Amino acid sequence: MKTLAELQAIRDRQKMQMASRSGDDEGKIKVVVGMATCGIAAGARPVLNTIIEEVENRKLTNVQVTQTGCIGMCKLEPLVDVIVPGKEKVTYVHVTPEKARAIVSGHIVNGQVVTEYTVAGEKA
Amino acid sequence: MLERAHILVCGGTGCTSGNSNKIYSEFVEHLKANGLDKEVKIIMTGCFGLCARGPIVVVYPDGSFYQHVQPEDVKEIVTEHILKGRPVERLLHSEKQEDGTRKAINETDFYKRQKRVVLRNCGIINPENIDEYLAYDGYKAYEKAVTEMTPQEVIDTIKKSGLRGRGGGGFSTGVKWQFAHDSQADQKYVVCNADEGDPGAFMDRSLLEGDPHAVIEAMMIAGYAIGATKGYIYVRAEYPIAVERLEIAIAQARDYGILGRNVMGLGYDFDIELRLGAGAFVCGEETALLQSTEGKRGEPRQRPPFPAVKGLFGKPTLINNVETYGNITQIILNGPEWFASMGTEKSKGTKVFALGGKIHNTGLVEIPMGTTLRTIIEEIGGGIPNGKKFKAAQTGGPSGGCIPASLIDTKIDYDNLIAIGSMMGSGGLIVMDEDNCMVDIAKFFLEFTVDESCGKCTPCRIGNKRLYEMLDKVTKGEGTMEDLDKMEELCYYIKENSLCGLGQTAPNPVLSTLKYFRDEYVEHVKNKRCPAGVCKALVSYKIKPEMCIGCGLCKRNCPVGAISGEIKQPHVIDPSKCIKCGACIQACRKNAIAK
Repeated sequence: MKTLAELQAIRDRQKMQMASRSGDDEGKIKVVVGMATCGIAAGARPVLNTIIEEVENRKLTNVQVTQTGCIGMCKLEPLVDVIVPGKEKVTYVHVTPEKARAIVSGHIVNGQVVTEYTVAGEKA
Repeated sequence: MLERAHILVCGGTGCTSGNSNKIYSEFVEHLKANGLDKEVKIIMTGCFGLCARGPIVVVYPDGSFYQHVQPEDVKEIVTEHILKGRPVERLLHSEKQEDGTRKAINETDFYKRQKRVVLRNCGIINPENIDEYLAYDGYKAYEKAVTEMTPQEVIDTIKKSGLRGRGGGGFSTGVKWQFAHDSQADQKYVVCNADEGDPGAFMDRSLLEGDPHAVIEAMMIAGYAIGATKGYIYVRAEYPIAVERLEIAIAQARDYGILGRNVMGLGYDFDIELRLGAGAFVCGEETALLQSTEGKRGEPRQRPPFPAVKGLFGKPTLINNVETYGNITQIILNGPEWFASMGTEKSKGTKVFALGGKIHNTGLVEIPMGTTLRTIIEEIGGGIPNGKKFKAAQTGGPSGGCIPASLIDTKIDYDNLIAIGSMMGSGGLIVMDEDNCMVDIAKFFLEFTVDESCGKCTPCRIGNKRLYEMLDKVTKGEGTMEDLDKMEELCYYIKENSLCGLGQTAPNPVLSTLKYFRDEYVEHVKNKRCPAGVCKALVSYKIKPEMCIGCGLCKRNCPVGAISGEIKQPHVIDPSKCIKCGACIQACRKNAIAK
């Protein structure tokens, strides 16, 4: 038999799993990973999986991770956009799983754009 | 690991018959082939409601709503949408906003006027996984009821909410619970009436298929409130998906200690058993249902004593309909004031309707009480196809009546529907256009009740049969004006003298059509004409010579060789051979054939 506390634990865990099903993206931070052929070839899949893993581990319920097609800057792939509501879109380039972790902790959790991984940062 | 996308495939009966099982297995296969099976979750849900557009697949987090999906479309959805993030436009159910962007699914005409209380989890959770039900506050209402409220407080909450029985009668649910609570006995029972029998109605089926735990939890709360430890769900065997999901749900609940002894460690026992009905309409009547649950012949008996006093196995029994139970957990969790804030003065909350007939968006809709018929038909339903005119809506199935077009602005609630000679019934809503003959409709429903009458009492067994014979005469053009008066008299006689609800309401379709469409009856009787061209005996097919171009299409399509004529010359129909099947009308491209 499950105790009340155990049932609550299932509720909490499952709620997290199903958060994306609300269809309500109001106020959510959107993370968009470029997953066209170019992105996948450059290693977007592990990046995407890393981001999702981080979101889960940190129990971030206000984040929506989606993917998109090719936006033309194939040589900068893997590309990751982070869109915080009310702020301008930030595009990260040449993202690796390690960089992705830094982006999640820096930008999504602490609200600090990780400038050195953005388009502008790469050039500098 | 957290899945980045969730694919929801509709597993309701409608979409399943549209091959959604195959769609599901195709998804599993293609996700695997693309190495996505660990990143993407795929589940089968209950009904989304928009059955006309099935099979339906929804992809989250973006909420893309795919319609008319075929197994061969799955590969494209996986490689384009799931892998590359490009939704497959051609399959999207889309309504465009003024700026050309796609409306969110909740903003579309079909969904935006709806309020999903009972169907809140249908099309969102996997009904075969208790964890997903738990995630949406599942079994929290029971916990709250037992830990924070006395049984009397639970009953008072239900009373205060104003909830009325959704099976058709509209009796106060709280009062019913009170009666069962007040009866003293060593054993009491909680029964769920899932014997949905109205032709065209599938609300209860969809709820059981899409969210079986909600019904189980509500029955547990009822058990706590009235002091019962045992529940029965009487469900028809023709609902195999509902039965299977209920069985799974009960097994999972038992496994978690939510059903059985000392449930959830809260000190009360409750368990549920299924009883499968063989599909007799009369078994939806509560006393007949209880007889059938006991394993006896499904015949109604005299009331009183009411089931709340002497019900199943002679013990006090609370019996409610599936949809009624569907409201209970939400009332406990959100409070009676929340529930009473929806609806009209005497009809609170929402009502689920199965929308069918001559309407674009056939399917399942849940609306606040007090919504007008016009909103349901024109906005949610998307209007009548083929530019035809709305003629009437039939509510309440064989027990209900027809609402004519002149009353389209009626606010739908229990009392308004009774006042205009129909009834809420369980919630079937069949839309009819100008091509429907109202006499024929009345005959259709009466034929159903004649067939389903159990035969125990004379008014129902013989009265309805005689009524049917008179209707049949009218549709054959053999009726007299005297018959119409006799029919009306007989209707009242049957209503007043029948033993149970089946007989007492069986004449309603006849009475309401006689009331609102008497001119159609008169037309059949006096002029031997069926204005809608439905009653075969009164219809004759003719080719208009001035419009016929002599193409020969009708001649080739006539199954009995009743049409003759030379090419490029007007053709003629031989009335002695014509069987009035209408094949020629469908074949003719020049509209040259008239009824």
